Amino acid sequence: MNIFVCVKQVPDTETKITPTSDGSFIETASIKWIMNPYDEFAVEQALLIKASNPAANVTVVRVGSVKDTEALRTAMAMGADEATLVEAGDNLDSYSIAKALKGAIEKSGKKPDIVLAGKQAIDDDALQVPQILAEMLGLPSVSVIVGFELNGTTVKVKREIEGGALEVYEVNTPVVLAANKGLNTPRYASLPGIMKAKKKPMAQFSLSDVGVTDADRRVKYSGFTLPPEKPAGKKFDATDAAKQQEVVAQVVGLLRTEAKVI
Amino acid sequence: MANVLVFTELHDGHVKPVTLEILGKLSGQTADVAVIGDISAEQVAVLAKCGAQNVHKLKGSNLDKYSPEGYANALSEFIKSKSYDYVFGGATSVGKDLLPRLATKFDAGLASDVVNFTMDGGTFAGTRPFFSGKCLAKVELTGPKPHFVSIRPNALGMTEGTTAGAGAAADVNANAGEIRAMIKEIVKAASTKTDLTEANIIVTGGRAMKNAENFAILEKMADVLGATVGASRAAVDSGFAPHAMQVGQTGKTVAPSLYIACGVSGAIQHLAGMRTSKVIVAINTDPDAPIFTRADYGIVGDLFTIVPIMTEEFKKLLGK
Repeated sequence: MNIFVCVKQVPDTETKITPTSDGSFIETASIKWIMNPYDEFAVEQALLIKASNPAANVTVVRVGSVKDTEALRTAMAMGADEATLVEAGDNLDSYSIAKALKGAIEKSGKKPDIVLAGKQAIDDDALQVPQILAEMLGLPSVSVIVGFELNGTTVKVKREIEGGALEVYEVNTPVVLAANKGLNTPRYASLPGIMKAKKKPMAQFSLSDVGVTDADRRVKYSGFTLPPEKPAGKKFDATDAAKQQEVVAQVVGLLRTEAKVI
Repeated sequence: MANVLVFTELHDGHVKPVTLEILGKLSGQTADVAVIGDISAEQVAVLAKCGAQNVHKLKGSNLDKYSPEGYANALSEFIKSKSYDYVFGGATSVGKDLLPRLATKFDAGLASDVVNFTMDGGTFAGTRPFFSGKCLAKVELTGPKPHFVSIRPNALGMTEGTTAGAGAAADVNANAGEIRAMIKEIVKAASTKTDLTEANIIVTGGRAMKNAENFAILEKMADVLGATVGASRAAVDSGFAPHAMQVGQTGKTVAPSLYIACGVSGAIQHLAGMRTSKVIVAINTDPDAPIFTRADYGIVGDLFTIVPIMTEEFKKLLGK
């Protein structure tokens, strides 16, 4: 069984984000990079499948810059067997990334049975790559999965939709699945795992190696700015029991007359 | 002027509000609507009022339940029979799943989760958040047409005074094609309230709620306001609320007109999920809680006394 996990490297959630002076992207020099949090659930699920299917091979694939390979090393330290990096900038659009991932999967010579990814990357929050990749590979897909079962070649997954309701899908492999938080509890990389990862194979390709050029861009981003600053709000002290009623009445009144939201 | 198709979904027989927000903003373009399945004459009239020229009802076998492949096959066949410049949809559960597959059938791009846009000279130019809302960026589409756009619910708001469209409704024979990933069962959630991502008013509880039972006081306020209840990550991790209620960077991103945060400290990751709320009210005993830097109206006090008083005030104001 061949399992591929697509991972992205993104800025840490606490990182201060600063647009470049020309607004073409953000300053990346002092960013702390981490594996996209949603991809951790994808890696973990691949490893859980491997635990029940010891002959399964788990390949982690990433499209991004070669400067930091944290995400791939972490995935291999967790237990993935090998990694593939397609060297590219950090601001490709979803279509180009999906096409590069497809190219990397094809270059491996391994026919995919299950392709896993996080449902979204927290840098562009596009929520597109897993579905685009599935369509490009001619495979079915289910996104936002919070439950997974594998019986032979039949996958049963729970997809989370509006209001917390769940759609239960059944589909035969090969299939592309996009993970949501709650699918599993990602393991920490152990020290022996980290040492073993150093010896695991990591293939590297350029975008053109996997058939992707600038002409593949479909979405252009520009004019990165900080969101407009909100003017300071009003603060009311309601710690004094005698004042509580008055303060609350005042705020509720303002919500109608000033903010006009109720 | 561009030819635009707006994909719409129904919730309880009603057109989702995001469709009307999109139609209003497309005023001046030629806009048709496509829906999978049937839609009442009354709802067609609602669409017409917001500018829909034609309402295409795509009907066929295996389309009674959502499936990414079925819907994508049916819509792509229909779109190929016409010549639309753009296909818009709401960035809803279905929209986020379906539109990337559908766009790829045309080798086309999708600008997703757009919060504002213009159609000058019939060409789309949008704005969307990046890095969990820490940035805004301009987004444009290039390459094969039609171009696809998904719009974040509640971001555009309703446009006043749109010119009504003809609202001509007609059935279309639709082909679901081969469906490999099928829904076998739907497990409904306990709540039938509007989803957090589409709610106009949200009341959220933080770790200060202390337990799951205490969320009842927030539900009471939400019932009066017609709001949906959310939870911070701290509350979810402590077991006070299910993950589906989580607002924040690894939870839901919301854009209500009114967000009432009760006992929420306001960590960066929580703010990432609700910072575009139009008006924010915060209730917290800690005057230095970060949430107060984002709140339009901050109340320093104990939520357990403040929330019931506020619920009564809302009741009086709304005549309930």
